[in-house]
Amino acid sequence: MFEGFEGGRLPAAFMSAGTSSFTEFVRSVSPELLPGHHLPSGEGTEHLTPDATTIVALTFPGGVVLAGDRRATQGNVIANRDMEKLFRTDEFSAVAIAGSAGIGIELARLYQVELEHYEKMEGRVLSLEGKANKLAQMVRGNLGMAMQGFVVVPLLVGYDESTGTGRVFSYDAVGGRYEEHRHHSIGSGSVYARGSIKKLYKDDLDETGAIKVALEALYDAADDDSATGGPDLHRKIFPLVDVITEDGHRRVPTEDVAALATEVVEGRAAHPDGPTATLR
Amino acid sequence: MPFYVAPEQQMKDKADYARKGIARGRSAVVLQYEGGILMVADNVSRTLHKISELYDRIGFAAVGRYPEFENLRLMGVRFADVRGYQYDRRDVSGRQLANIYAQTLGTVFSESLKPWEVEIVVAEVGDTAAEDEIYRITFDGSIVDERGFVAVGGSSENVATALKERFVADAPLSAALRAATRALSRENGEERELEEANLEVAVLERDRQHRKFRRIHGRRLTALLEEGRTGGNGSAGASSGGAAGSSGGGSGSDADSGADQADE
Repeated sequence: MFEGFEGGRLPAAFMSAGTSSFTEFVRSVSPELLPGHHLPSGEGTEHLTPDATTIVALTFPGGVVLAGDRRATQGNVIANRDMEKLFRTDEFSAVAIAGSAGIGIELARLYQVELEHYEKMEGRVLSLEGKANKLAQMVRGNLGMAMQGFVVVPLLVGYDESTGTGRVFSYDAVGGRYEEHRHHSIGSGSVYARGSIKKLYKDDLDETGAIKVALEALYDAADDDSATGGPDLHRKIFPLVDVITEDGHRRVPTEDVAALATEVVEGRAAHPDGPTATLR
Repeated sequence: MPFYVAPEQQMKDKADYARKGIARGRSAVVLQYEGGILMVADNVSRTLHKISELYDRIGFAAVGRYPEFENLRLMGVRFADVRGYQYDRRDVSGRQLANIYAQTLGTVFSESLKPWEVEIVVAEVGDTAAEDEIYRITFDGSIVDERGFVAVGGSSENVATALKERFVADAPLSAALRAATRALSRENGEERELEEANLEVAVLERDRQHRKFRRIHGRRLTALLEEGRTGGNGSAGASSGGAAGSSGGGSGSDADSGADQADE
């Protein structure tokens, strides 16, 4: 369409008062750019894109931590060892994806542009509730793909400036939106990760403590779920960790994660099942 | 029966009309400082912006009729976001946007009865000061690649002359802001004091992560204006102290003494 804009004019849609939604705008000018534009037909399409696996999120006073392992699998094959499943979506929010990787990455990228586009068009940022609802609509938009086997579920975390707390939102494949309290996990290893977090979580964790709990939970997920990757000390591949506080979004530097993850691995050398919770 | 009007006359009439329209509004200036690019406009409204963000490194400043340049801004944001989504964030450039604005304004000027009464600036901050790009696009679609600083608006020549006297490429932010506000206050040959409430100020910060555009208002603006004022009138020692406080730049005292000389 406007690819060949030299000497001409942009289509009228660019100048109309129109919408502040990027997705809606792109659908009107070049729908082929949107994920799921050509819905494939036929069965047995699951092998076309690998699956992204375990994500954990937990809040601590004044913020929220999001962490994900790096593995993508295709059946019994490890498709990717250092995949990035965490996406900074704006100054105060981030999403992580589990499920069909190819669709999920595109969905996250589109969501990021969506938030920024709204902010620039309207001159103000969406509320965290607004961001969560927008993501629900986008997941629902993927329902056709989900029914073909390309299921994507995101996990949204954000710092709510109006209350000064970190919040976590989970989704199902039809776009159902659920606010989670304190902690949550999604993906193939989430059952094990959730059990682990439940035992280690405390209401007064600090940032480092919260990161450590997240890394322990990912280790437990990798321990029991073959599709989740643990810290790879030899290849120097460690989980990705994002922290969001009132200072905004921060990706924890690899060296810091490496130090904490090495601590976790060494701890497991002495106690393979990891730290134990006291009975009272 | 329509009268015959020579094309030259038609263009001249349109240009005069557009110039008159633009001259009714206040000016805006865009200039380099040591940390990036500073954009300042004289704007009574706090919500109808003359200065805004287009993309990661690219800012937009406009003067003239608000609905017309707001249309151009929306177009730029849409174009940049689609481009960045289609390719990569790095593939959106100020030059592309400036070209599209120039083409659009050129088409409107030659094809429609009423030209748009706007003048706009597209500024892109680079990794180094040498890679900064500032484009001025006028109502007829002319595009000028400016170096260092630019003023747009009704009496932009007066403002540009005043700005040229005190512009220093690597001045600290407070000194650059001082230069910009002093230049804006020389509009229409008169000299008046600009009120802080009527200043719209934003920067494209070179060292900032992700999106470089940031508005400056409230306490931070008051502090910067105060710092610029004492830097301009006070002793050299006081001014370099103020500069170090804002940026820690070694070139601070040089830039301030330059401003001192221009004051006298």
